[in-house]
Amino acid sequence: MLKLTNISLTFNEGTLDEKKALNDINLEMEKGEFVTVIGSNGAGKSTIMNVISGNLIPDVGDVYIDGKQVVHLPEYKRSPYIGRVFQDPNAGTAPSMTIEENLAMAYSRTKKRKLSLGVTKKRKEMFKEHLKTLDIGLEDRLTAKVGLLSGGERQALSLLMTTFTEPNILLLDEHTAALDPSRAELITNLTEKVVRESGLTTLMVTHNMQQALDLGNRLIMMDKGKIIFDVSGVEQEKLTVQDLLNEFQNIRGAQFEDDRVVLG
Amino acid sequence: MFISMFGAVESGVIYAIMALGVYLTFRVLDFPDLTVDGSFVTGAAVAAISIVNGIPPIYATAMGAIAGFIAGCITGLLHTKGKINALLSGILMMTALYSINLRIMGQPTLSMLNETTIFSQLESMWAATGIDSFLNGLLASIGLEQFPSTWAIVFVMIIVTVLIKFITDFYLKTEVGLALRAIGDNKKMIRSLSANTDTLTIVGVGISNGFVALSGALYAQLGAFSDVNMGIGMIVIGLASVIIGEALFGKKTIARVTLAVICGAVIYRMIVTLALRVDFLDTGDMKLITAIIVITALVAPKTLQIRREKKRRSEKREQLGRQAEGDSHA
Repeated sequence: MLKLTNISLTFNEGTLDEKKALNDINLEMEKGEFVTVIGSNGAGKSTIMNVISGNLIPDVGDVYIDGKQVVHLPEYKRSPYIGRVFQDPNAGTAPSMTIEENLAMAYSRTKKRKLSLGVTKKRKEMFKEHLKTLDIGLEDRLTAKVGLLSGGERQALSLLMTTFTEPNILLLDEHTAALDPSRAELITNLTEKVVRESGLTTLMVTHNMQQALDLGNRLIMMDKGKIIFDVSGVEQEKLTVQDLLNEFQNIRGAQFEDDRVVLG
Repeated sequence: MFISMFGAVESGVIYAIMALGVYLTFRVLDFPDLTVDGSFVTGAAVAAISIVNGIPPIYATAMGAIAGFIAGCITGLLHTKGKINALLSGILMMTALYSINLRIMGQPTLSMLNETTIFSQLESMWAATGIDSFLNGLLASIGLEQFPSTWAIVFVMIIVTVLIKFITDFYLKTEVGLALRAIGDNKKMIRSLSANTDTLTIVGVGISNGFVALSGALYAQLGAFSDVNMGIGMIVIGLASVIIGEALFGKKTIARVTLAVICGAVIYRMIVTLALRVDFLDTGDMKLITAIIVITALVAPKTLQIRREKKRRSEKREQLGRQAEGDSHA
């Protein structure tokens, strides 16, 4: 479904600030696979997300979605295949527009936008049904401006906006990191539910090691622009946080450094 | 008095189309577009030169609007593809248009006094209906002595402007329109939802300047002349209309705001007309008056709100204080 081959990307090449963000990354994801990505600061987790979504163009390497080479396509041409939830709850929604308008915009992601009404009666019903699955009462507030919602509600809405059109690839960029623990749990549960029900191919970056182990059926550890550890299936299920830290130390001979990491 | 107010409404309704254009860029796209000062004249110049050369006024007007649309698209291109700052791309286009407008007209001022304009056509059609004499009769019965020469322009322009308002309302609710609004609200998001923000911005700024140029084309025909300097300060007038409208009529929904902008444009003309009747002010003070109106419309609502909040808080404090007192007595 998603294939990255020989991806390398260097920022500020040839200057003192040169930074190898990605160093010969190869990654292949099957349809329906749920991959969690962990790694220390500056490991290249977010960069890899941006390379897949088209925000960044790699120096070398190819990106294939469904067998189609997309590395030269700008972000807006790739987004029909890719759904993305950002870390910042404000990033995924338009605050001065209503909930139904936001959903209507997300609904147009996979099609060409036309000069017909974005919010119709029929769509309203559909939006309502989808909002009900969130179970936080948003279905009764269709015409409320999104700016009035709390961070958790906005993130739940972003998640719904991204997933209800069933993208080929779902990118989750630390999407629970900016929320308080109870809201984060709500979003985590929703994520787990929607990915399972729709069988979405998912790549999730997280700083929460336990979350990385609980969710998904494959785990990738990154460091200094390389994938240093890749485990899936039964093996992944048996792992513990301590195993991960030990693993890192074995490979790198150094302590896992991340001021934001959440161990348990 | 009545006649000058009537004139204010007449030109205000025409300015309202320009104000709708300014609303599209400043508010919807969040793009401070200064092309307006130039594209207003471009509309006027194209319409005037076409009319002088014998093209039917309705086509001349449409051509003026299209010229403005193209000018706006170029501003959009400069900003999106040329990566020039929004303000600067507008200023550059405005400067370029000054020379272009001179070239279009071939001279700094072009008179249409002896030409058939869209309004002179309208008036001759209107005269047959007899509505004028009826309305003027009404005015005479309430004791007015001077009458407007024709009601045609006001009536037809209100219909045209309201029609444009409804089309704009609808457009902003379509799938394309929603994406356009999202550009001004959350560009990063709408790009991740597969909208080509560059193309949308170009078209959006184009439509905005199309409206502005249409307004310019009509305004030139109202006064029967086009002047290369007639656009100076137009952007501030447009902004004044948007801000006055929003301050007075609110901005809850799109339909409400566009109506507010139209009313804002008319009210602006009325305020200016009234101000110019004050003895110690003359026409040269108009820009100063405009600036003061805009500042007032920007500052007054916020000051009022702060005062209301203060009052609410002090009332609440008093209420709680009384309650506490009551409790301690009990």
